[in-house]
Amino acid sequence: MPLLGADMEAGTIVQWLKKPGDAVKRGDIIAVIDTEKATIEVELFETGTLQSIIVPEGEKVPVGTVLALIRTDGEVAPPAEARPQVAVAPARVAPAPTIPVRPKQPPPVTPAVPGRLRVSPLAVRVAIELGVDLSTVRGTGQGAAITAADVQRAAKVAIPEKPPSVPVEVPEVKGRRAPTMSPAERHAAMRKAIAAAMARSKREIPHYYLGTWINLSRAMAWLEAENLKRPVTERLLYSVMLLKAVALASREIPDLNGFWIDGAFRLSEAVHVGVAISLRQGGLIAPAIHDLDKKGLDEIMGNLRDLVKRVRAGVLRSSEIMDATITVTSLGDQGVETVFGIIYPPQVALVGFGKISEHPWAANGMIGTKPVMNATLAADHRASDGHRGALFLAAIDRHLQEPEKL
Amino acid sequence: MAGTKTVRITYREAIRQAIREALQRDPRVFLMGEDVGRYGGCFAVSKGLLDEFGPERIRDTPLSESAFVGAGIGAALGGMRPIVEIMTVNFSLLALDQIMNNAATILHMSGGQFNIPLVIRTTTGAGRQVAAQHSHSLEGWYAHIPGLKILTPATLEDGRGMLWTALQDPDPVLIFEHGGLYNVEGELASDAGAVEIEKAMVRKSGTDVSLITYGGTLGKTLRAAEELAGMGVSAEVLDLRTLRPLDAEAIVDSVTRTHRAVIIDEGWRSGSISAEISARIMENAFYELDSPVARICAAEVPMPYAKHLEDAALPQVATIVETAREMVGERG
Repeated sequence: MPLLGADMEAGTIVQWLKKPGDAVKRGDIIAVIDTEKATIEVELFETGTLQSIIVPEGEKVPVGTVLALIRTDGEVAPPAEARPQVAVAPARVAPAPTIPVRPKQPPPVTPAVPGRLRVSPLAVRVAIELGVDLSTVRGTGQGAAITAADVQRAAKVAIPEKPPSVPVEVPEVKGRRAPTMSPAERHAAMRKAIAAAMARSKREIPHYYLGTWINLSRAMAWLEAENLKRPVTERLLYSVMLLKAVALASREIPDLNGFWIDGAFRLSEAVHVGVAISLRQGGLIAPAIHDLDKKGLDEIMGNLRDLVKRVRAGVLRSSEIMDATITVTSLGDQGVETVFGIIYPPQVALVGFGKISEHPWAANGMIGTKPVMNATLAADHRASDGHRGALFLAAIDRHLQEPEKL
Repeated sequence: MAGTKTVRITYREAIRQAIREALQRDPRVFLMGEDVGRYGGCFAVSKGLLDEFGPERIRDTPLSESAFVGAGIGAALGGMRPIVEIMTVNFSLLALDQIMNNAATILHMSGGQFNIPLVIRTTTGAGRQVAAQHSHSLEGWYAHIPGLKILTPATLEDGRGMLWTALQDPDPVLIFEHGGLYNVEGELASDAGAVEIEKAMVRKSGTDVSLITYGGTLGKTLRAAEELAGMGVSAEVLDLRTLRPLDAEAIVDSVTRTHRAVIIDEGWRSGSISAEISARIMENAFYELDSPVARICAAEVPMPYAKHLEDAALPQVATIVETAREMVGERG
């Protein structure tokens, strides 16, 4: 079970997308996992053959549990009895997992006949109330649909001590099983996860904060001219320029790009910018756009659009969740001028952008109104000092003054 | 109402009584429209009223719906309580601009200063072999428009009682009288008077299926419910009475009792009031449903002239019975 968030302790296998015997390669999506934050597709880092699945669908296991065995190319298949035991909690997860694995739920009843059961909404309700297994009910409604009367008839003949089951089929979404949590449970779990990560951040990270006003006249004028040339579907949002400027600054001042792990700063060569995306039902996720410093604005725009769509649909990839080396949060759309961010551990910096608004702006002895935005940096003082942070913000400003080079 | 004296009366006479009473009670009330005076109304509803009330209050108008509906709006703004008769609903399309862009909006556009206490009466529906240009059921269209109230009296009581209540309303009210109802005869309490216009009414209680309808198809639906009773199916008949505002609560209550709904509507199916009713059921009573909602509407064709084709194009008792019977299915 991969670690898919700083405070993830366990995850549930929603669905295996490969079966034993399948050839698999690096980058394949092998399974869908439900964490407390989202449904996440697990990517493979090995190429070979899926030998066996150890943790079945529906089961919740601690981070570090072996989920399946993959035989890499050239390796000989071990005899069945020589299979390694299930390994739990490698060194990476310091405390032993404390979340008890819930006793296995009775698996959802699947209909005896292939295809979906046709059940009226009232019949479903009555079946739940009476604890009737719908797969055993003969439907007499239109198109052989099961009606409430059918359920009541079945309840009369059912064995009385049968435990009540909720025989509703797990709804399918585009071929993927739906997550195991209800929206309310997910919301509560996400709140808990955010609370844990943010409390840890404030407890452990000595934040320092810097802020500066950035004149965006050039950037906005360039963007407007650029967008005029494009069809509506290919237009750029200004946030794409901000993300690119952050990525370029991160490359120049690398002290802010990486992780604080085990008492030391580990600089990251790659720049994966996490983008904080708020969810409609509350909560937020900050998945990464990989190698953002090397991408053009169009590609970043495409990535961003795709990411927002998938975050809201709750389908993210494992690498996106864990790889961010620095995070950007923009609250300007909500009318905020200044963001005082909290770093997402183990990252060491968070860049905040406020709204763009017209301000009086003095330059070269003249006063005019300019579109101006407040940019802030929350940084980990263990990893960097204010001087480096100041250079970093100045670099963002500089890049935004040359929009055509972004 | 046991013990109350009743009189034998037609729907046409019930409406005439309502108009007469309004003219007697309120000097601001007057009737205008095409042929309402000397000719006595295209459907003879206003026959005799010209002699009784004179040309000031029973006014024949030129054949210009837009003009005389506009005049009605003006009169209402000026403090009168006009009853404007539009001969049939298809002719009302000529006045649609006045109805929708003026009557329905002036209160809003004036910042709440000017109400339009206008009542429009018109004939709707098919079944009389008057073919594709005189058989529309467009009350569902009008029910789409905020700012209007849409009444569809289906009974003698409502024919007699809705007009006065409509006249008391400070805002425009459209009354759709189904052409097939004018000759319907029955017993009406001799002291019948104003009725409320906000609520749907259960015309027959039942437990197996809700038959939801209004206006011209209420009679057919009640006959279907009787036939269904003979088959052991207990059908509830809900008469909507008012299409805007729609009494969604009554619809949901009924479906919550019966768990099944068949909507009977003489309008075309696509984008119809029956679609709206079905959507309200889905929104508010989905988990009560034991079967998909069914609709029996007019065939989506211009109304045929030939009797057998017209019958085939309209909701009929047999179709209602068959649909409800099949929906209820095997009895447990």
